[in-house]
Amino acid sequence: MADAGQKRAGLRLWLSALWLLLLVLTAIFAPVLAPKNPLEQDLMSGRLPPFWVAGADPGFLLGTDSLGRDVLSRIIFGSRIALSVALIAGASTCVIGASLGLVAGFYRGWVDIIVSRLIDIWMAFPPVLFSILLIAVIGPGLVSIILAIVVIDWTRFARVIRAEAMAQGAMDYVASARVAGRGRFGTMLREILPNVLPIIVVLLTLEMGIAVIVEAILSFVNLSISTDDPTWGGMISEGRQSIHQAWWVLVFPLITLFLTVLSFSQLGEGLKDRFDPVLR
Amino acid sequence: MSYLTIRNLCVGLKDGTPLLRNVSLEVAAGEVRGLVGESGAGKSMIGKAILGILPKAAKITSGQIVLDGTDLLALPPAQRRVKVGATCALIPQDPLTALNPSRRIGPQMTDRLVDILGWTRAAADTRALTLLQEVQITDPARVLRQYPHELSGGMRQRILIASAFAAEPKLIIADEPTTALDVTVQKQILKLIAGLQARHGTALLFITHDLGVVSKVCQSLSVLYSGKVVEDADVKTFFRTPKHPYSAALLAATPRYTDPSAGLHPVPEAVIAAVRAEEEHG
Repeated sequence: MADAGQKRAGLRLWLSALWLLLLVLTAIFAPVLAPKNPLEQDLMSGRLPPFWVAGADPGFLLGTDSLGRDVLSRIIFGSRIALSVALIAGASTCVIGASLGLVAGFYRGWVDIIVSRLIDIWMAFPPVLFSILLIAVIGPGLVSIILAIVVIDWTRFARVIRAEAMAQGAMDYVASARVAGRGRFGTMLREILPNVLPIIVVLLTLEMGIAVIVEAILSFVNLSISTDDPTWGGMISEGRQSIHQAWWVLVFPLITLFLTVLSFSQLGEGLKDRFDPVLR
Repeated sequence: MSYLTIRNLCVGLKDGTPLLRNVSLEVAAGEVRGLVGESGAGKSMIGKAILGILPKAAKITSGQIVLDGTDLLALPPAQRRVKVGATCALIPQDPLTALNPSRRIGPQMTDRLVDILGWTRAAADTRALTLLQEVQITDPARVLRQYPHELSGGMRQRILIASAFAAEPKLIIADEPTTALDVTVQKQILKLIAGLQARHGTALLFITHDLGVVSKVCQSLSVLYSGKVVEDADVKTFFRTPKHPYSAALLAATPRYTDPSAGLHPVPEAVIAAVRAEEEHG
């Protein structure tokens, strides 16, 4: 039974890692892989269906949108934006949130009081509204999106890591390290951090998925980067307008988005099973 | 000349609730002193106060902890930690949480030697290996590369004992080192601690609630009740003629298997009332 569970966990890990690897390669080699220029409009060949539907043009594998742009090429180039947001926003959120949570949970005292109240206040804001407000103030663009994600989501890490650092801090091995003469900061890095690392990894992968979704949401409401640039969220938004005439403009980026977010969360679960020495 | 002298130590919660009241205690170099008392009497609190790992809520309000001629409480925290780290060690109560689950045994044993005392990595590794052999762990080289969850409770307690002796400390505080283990393992662990203590000549403060253990391992003992030392005696005298009524009642409460029909003898209410009354007057 445990063996079967192990195998399933392994499969989950490999499938999600495979999809993400594919995506990374796609993003890197987008100019080579994309059959068409993602920005090139051809009003004569607008709303062409994907290749297996009657009336398709074999040059446009997944069809075209209402402006005649190639859906496949736009998805491929969209992966660049999605992944850079996932990586940069995910990693920054992780570093900031986890550090604050770790320090608050381990040192307690006034640091903890400040960080905890800050989290409480932060979480009282509706996140999507908050990000829209933020972008309205600092103006749209890739940097703004990343900034918005970091500013909003650090609490996700801080809360969980704080609680875990607190629990680990009460363990006898921390007292032993202190008796052995290790300072507070050293104890935090050498003893506590390795034990919260599996959780940080899981949260990080989840956060990357969330970052992709947030980017899509902001693109959907037109607050991301310029509408010309191919983003999955922007494509979904455009596809929604012509859903009755050309479903493919909406469906393909949606599937890609779905698989990507799912892969991120499953990768996290799989990694946790693999790296946590107690679960292993 | 005693190695550790505690004078009139008072520890209290931040709201003023006293946990330890005027505790005085001496441990001579190389001596094994038992510290007994019921749950909540403050036994562990004394150990934690010496080692500087009191919980956040508790604070030392007055008194002296003199270690090897230095008053620890007069030192700034960083120096105090270095002093304690170089001369004292702890054998903790629960071997299951006393080892870091995400690190291998080897580095956990040698950390103090390398990072705090400045040994070379190779020397520290050799030392760890020798110590594991000394606590009778088979295949110590393999154990050094293992994680705590791969070892049994008894094995982990042996490793903790070995780690405690690693830096040749002058004083070891053993905080109920056998409580979390099952009875058959307890005896081996006690023997092991006693053997190592004798070979290394380390002073040992042995915190326990088991008078049977005290009679086997210790030379002298202090009886703690409600944060106060009520009796201080050498083991032989104590077991023959306990002076304080509470000590006598505690001794009488030890179950004996020579006469199973006798049942259990809790500490009588009258004794507790007497101790309380004495407290209020003195």
